[in-house]
Amino acid sequence: MTLQDLTQAMGKPTFQRKAEVIGIGREGELLEVAMGPQHPSTHGVFRMDVVLDGETIVKLKPVFGYLHRNHEKIAENTSYLASMPYTDRLDYFCSLTNNWAYALSVEKLAGLQVPERAEYIRLITAELTRLLNHTCLAGFLLQDMGALGTPLMYAFREREKILDLIESLTGARMMCNYMRFGGCRCDLPPGWVDAAKKVVAEYSKFLDEFETLLSGNEILMARTQGVGKLSAELAVSAGVTGPMLRASGVDYDLRKVDAYGIYARYPFRIPLGTHGDVYDRYMVRMLEMRESLKILEPALKDIPEGPVVDPKAKLRGFRPKPGEAYGRIEGPKGELGFYLISDGSPNPYRYRVRPPSLINLTVLEDMCLGQTVADAIVSLGSVDIVLGEVDR
Amino acid sequence: MLGTGILKGMVETAKNFAGSYHDPERLTTVEYPEQRIAPKENARQFPMLIHDTEDPMKGLRCVACQICEKECPPQCIYIVKSKDKRADYKGQMQFYPATFDIDISVCMSCQICVEVCPFESIKMDTEFELSNTDRFGGLLIHKEQLAKSNEHYRKIHPADAAASDAVLAAEVAKAQAKAKADAEAKAAKAAAEAKAKADAAVAGTVPAPATSTAPQPTSPPAAPAA
Amino acid sequence: MAMETLEQIKARVEAAVPGAQLTLVKNDSPSAQHSLLVSVEHAFAVAKFLRDDPQLRLDYCSNVTGVDFLDAELSEKVKVKKVVDGVEKEVEEVKKTKRAGYLEVVYHLYSMALKHGPVILRQRISGRSDPVTVTSLTPLWRSAEFQEREVFDLYGILFDGHPDLRRLLMWDGFKDYPMRKDYVEPDDYEYEPTAHDEVLEKAKAHMPKHEVKA
Repeated sequence: MTLQDLTQAMGKPTFQRKAEVIGIGREGELLEVAMGPQHPSTHGVFRMDVVLDGETIVKLKPVFGYLHRNHEKIAENTSYLASMPYTDRLDYFCSLTNNWAYALSVEKLAGLQVPERAEYIRLITAELTRLLNHTCLAGFLLQDMGALGTPLMYAFREREKILDLIESLTGARMMCNYMRFGGCRCDLPPGWVDAAKKVVAEYSKFLDEFETLLSGNEILMARTQGVGKLSAELAVSAGVTGPMLRASGVDYDLRKVDAYGIYARYPFRIPLGTHGDVYDRYMVRMLEMRESLKILEPALKDIPEGPVVDPKAKLRGFRPKPGEAYGRIEGPKGELGFYLISDGSPNPYRYRVRPPSLINLTVLEDMCLGQTVADAIVSLGSVDIVLGEVDR
Repeated sequence: MLGTGILKGMVETAKNFAGSYHDPERLTTVEYPEQRIAPKENARQFPMLIHDTEDPMKGLRCVACQICEKECPPQCIYIVKSKDKRADYKGQMQFYPATFDIDISVCMSCQICVEVCPFESIKMDTEFELSNTDRFGGLLIHKEQLAKSNEHYRKIHPADAAASDAVLAAEVAKAQAKAKADAEAKAAKAAAEAKAKADAAVAGTVPAPATSTAPQPTSPPAAPAA
Repeated sequence: MAMETLEQIKARVEAAVPGAQLTLVKNDSPSAQHSLLVSVEHAFAVAKFLRDDPQLRLDYCSNVTGVDFLDAELSEKVKVKKVVDGVEKEVEEVKKTKRAGYLEVVYHLYSMALKHGPVILRQRISGRSDPVTVTSLTPLWRSAEFQEREVFDLYGILFDGHPDLRRLLMWDGFKDYPMRKDYVEPDDYEYEPTAHDEVLEKAKAHMPKHEVKA
């Protein structure tokens, strides 16, 4: 085989290319491969049934349910409060935003007010969660591409500093169970605000370093640019939310649209992508972290004194009036919603989680068709899934 | 130029590599178990039962009200109430737990039992090295292992323990004031009755009927308000 | 820009879609998220109108979920005028009505283009054993694809027009629909050291005779 043969064959679909280079005059056979559920790049127990033509993906079907525990049924059989620790286990990277989404929905359902100080704590913890989620996602994405260890370890080192803050506030690193209906469980410990200010002040330095390491790296660019493209129309129709939607150029961030909590008080910009590829998704997250820092710095200065929980909110014997409410927040992975129906009893009649990770996977097949297996792994990594939330 | 990005990145990794030898910001790990990071004050692992006296089983604050058993989200607490009663820290007669088991293989360290407990008796411990070779029995912890002294609680969560002690002290003070007021009221009532009897004896040999116009006993020195 | 009221939307939908009758479902909770009930036959046309109407442009279907309401007896306090001892008085009476059970599919629609919402659309269908079918809205919003599959999986509601209606979370051989309120869990007992209430009752059936506690 000469170089000329190869270059000639390059312009054709893979199966023809392969067949011609090998010298067989017929199409290659299709191969069906189950990637997962024990595949290291699937971020958990997630399976993709792919049909391959050579190395090109011609069909991809995601298979879910390996981590299914029917969170919704459990919640319908326990009290409102008892579901709060279970929400930690949805997206176990971002338990504080899960707590907030659930608390927000119950507050809508029961008409509870949140004291000023609690709103500040919620905003600060949610933005810290966003920082650690996006940092780790960048690390995982690089891990998926074969940059084993180094970027992920740097990401984990910084995440640890935020986890230390979260632990000293909530008592647990990941399963925080911190927010309550009408506020937060406990007040900030002494010295916490100063420690948080220090972490936030140093974070932009880390982001500079991290970006020098990654954003200009030619290998990363070659592996991500033009890979896993997603058009804005498809993204909107498929209900894709979060950084993935904004990377496709759709300006939709619930922190601006709903302005829940006290987000309206702090100016921040929404980074948008133009190509909708994996590199844009990575870059949007990097820029979003810098915007989060812009929210955190003034918020940590402004935090007022006062109570952290609405005195009207009851811990035990909490029974909202009959009715329903859908509350949603901009989680680090996208729109996290809770739909609750109350029939006046201590348990919710219907409890539904709108999982952003699951719905963002709707477009996985569209993003991967016609690309190679290695690209599919990167595309999946850029969706940012956590199986605790996908399977519930 | 192609490759500049990679070179810049490698400078960054070199900085981190060199930094890991002298900069604690760049090397944040410790060699567990020889070295340990100081625990956070708020840190929580699994529940424990607080006792006040020397004998853990006699001084448990728990009154077996079973609220935590009901509220526990994964239902990992199992309580059997005692048949008899004993005096608690306030001197009030209360039930106590004949059995108090927590299955820590099910417990998810959520702290809801602590929040709902009205008696300041269940708190979160920071002990986490609880691995065991017996999968079921070894991870089912009984009240003997769960009982920890209040001193231990003060040591691991100083601020929380101080708040908890203050709540209990206030309750004890309230109970004592009430007991004192009750005792005084009782004494006053007894004195008043005695006085009424004496008055009746003075007025005549026949005790006056209740509706008579006999002078009502003047109220004794007022008992201090509880 | 504020969205039209639900009454206005209802009137415009009924004018635009021939034969469609919408019912306003009131929500008394402080959230005040009222919803529109649409018949299964007209669901697709109504949803298409909601998506394409230039004033609404509900291009984003955020949440799709099923709800199961069993047969129930509702008691309602009604003030009735009655003649008591020759005087007309208002008396509170408890009015009891039987409500036949039904399954519901709820869609939460928002607009990404105009940044408003939600408009909540419900499809309701009575009966549970015979195949319960509603109209799939996946052809309009791709985001309904997995969520309708999930509703089919957990509630056993079939979606007419769904391109790929398979179980999503449970495995293929699974028979029942676990989120239905009358679902009975299978008797697959596992040892639990701290069993109580229903779990204890279940555990007793599996314990050797001498171990059964009083």
